[in-house]
Amino acid sequence: MQPLRPVPPGARLLLGAGFFAVFLGLWAWVTEGGHVPALFLASPGRTLAAGWSLLTEYGFLGDIAVTVFRVVGGFLIAAVLAVPLGLLMGAFKPVEAFFEPFFSFARYLPASAFIPLLILWAGVGEAQKLAVIVIGSVFQLVIMVAVIAGGTRMDLVEAAYTLGSRPLGILRRVVIPAAAPQVAETLRLVLGWAWTYVIVAELIGASSGIGHMIMDSQRLLDTGQMIFGIVVIGVIGLVTDFAVKLLNRRLFPWAAL
Amino acid sequence: MSDKTLRIDGVTRTFPARGRTPPTLALQPTSLSVAPGEFVAILGPSGCGKSTLLRIVAGLDRPTAGTVSLDGRPVAGPGPNRGMVFQSYTLFPWLTVERNIRYGLVERGLPEAEQAAIAARFIARTGLAGFENHWPRQLSGGMQQRTALARALANDPEILLLDEPFGALDHQTRELMQELLLEIWQGDRKTVLFVTHDIDEAIFLANRVLVMSARPGRIKAEVPVPLPYPREWTVKTTPEFGALKARLMAEIREEVRRAAVSTGT
Ligand SMILES: Nc1ncnc2c1ncn2[C@@H]1O[C@H](COP(=O)(O)OP(=O)(O)OP(=O)(O)O)[C@@H](O)[C@H]1O
Ligand SMILES: [Mg+2]
Repeated sequence: MQPLRPVPPGARLLLGAGFFAVFLGLWAWVTEGGHVPALFLASPGRTLAAGWSLLTEYGFLGDIAVTVFRVVGGFLIAAVLAVPLGLLMGAFKPVEAFFEPFFSFARYLPASAFIPLLILWAGVGEAQKLAVIVIGSVFQLVIMVAVIAGGTRMDLVEAAYTLGSRPLGILRRVVIPAAAPQVAETLRLVLGWAWTYVIVAELIGASSGIGHMIMDSQRLLDTGQMIFGIVVIGVIGLVTDFAVKLLNRRLFPWAAL
Repeated sequence: MSDKTLRIDGVTRTFPARGRTPPTLALQPTSLSVAPGEFVAILGPSGCGKSTLLRIVAGLDRPTAGTVSLDGRPVAGPGPNRGMVFQSYTLFPWLTVERNIRYGLVERGLPEAEQAAIAARFIARTGLAGFENHWPRQLSGGMQQRTALARALANDPEILLLDEPFGALDHQTRELMQELLLEIWQGDRKTVLFVTHDIDEAIFLANRVLVMSARPGRIKAEVPVPLPYPREWTVKTTPEFGALKARLMAEIREEVRRAAVSTGT
């Protein structure tokens, strides 16, 4: 092994799958081998069976759809609010000076702590679920986008000026395209956080969704269902993450060079 | 006077103190004028304020005192009438070679067809044919600076400011690029202000060489280069070239030594 030397794609896939196998093996060993009581941790087989019954008998697909809708909705609202503002803050320092201190404060407010308040304001409907995600991600996103935009290479900005750009041209033709790939990567990261927030929101005061199902299963002490729910979130996360990564590489071929 | 002359009048630049670093006087009062169609080289040791002077002409930096005017109008900020090629690579990485060259034309809102025609002309003139759709990161340093040159030229500036554009290139590529630039200049005689610390380069290209002193810079000598154009690389082996080189070397050696003493290197 040499530092920073890339792995060939085949070996990479094998290594990645390898750890999944190790993990599954360990899980099977502690459960099937009776090292932990079945009441606390279902075996992989029991988890799969529980999942099957969830999907076929309890309409779990509906829950998944509801949760995905909330994640995507909340994430999109946050992105639409945060990305333009972040870009403006990064590009124009007075705008940054105006918003940055408050947002730096606001991003430390834990979204989950707002849940009781939000239930008071918005009830337990969709608006409340979306609000939790938006509150959880929008401030972080603004700050990160502002930092990215603020890091635009000054020499490129100057080159653009000597080619006739005016301030708005700099924003449109230098700051935004320069920031785009990193902003896209940041959005990918924030989409991951949105999953955490949605589940938290669904654990409290929800009547549908993956989080609600997990909460219900706890009442029935069905660890198989609970674990299946968690695994489903992981799988969806993995798939979307991969898809977004691929999309980013398509959109910004120059950034991957 | 409303000729196209570039006039630099008593320009000084002091960088203000920052924290514990004292203020830096980068440029002593400097005056010079560059007539239309002239190719003026500014030769000086590292750190003498060459880039500072060029950035002030470009409008990217403001002089502490003094004025710069082009075409009778004072320079108050950057503008497309002063094209610049930088010491570092400054192509837009998200644009292909062709799109980089078009940048100024897009900014001016020229019709698509006209943009394409102009870009094609400068791609051909700078020997970039076949690389139109490459990303800057896929290009060698020489190719990147060709593109930067084409990008500046395509914008048809009144004056071209070149800040050691070939400084980071290897010797062979550098000589090739000098010939390319000379060929282009001989074709359209655009006014050029060219910064370098390479004596051969200055003599080979310019019709006037200004030597700058060590920091704080000022123009300490002006050496006309009476070699006739069109010049070929063979001019570098003529006795006239040799004599000019000897003279400039004497001028510059003194400054390099002074610069080395003052910075303790
Ligand atoms: N933004 C700045 N703030 C403070 N000092 C600066 C700044 N820019 C340049 N200087 C100083 O001014 C002096 C002249 O710098 P300049 O970049 O013009 O030199 P140069 O002749 O172009 O050198 P080189 O040949 O190495 O490019 C240097 O001592 C440098 O440290
Ligand atoms: Mg310099």
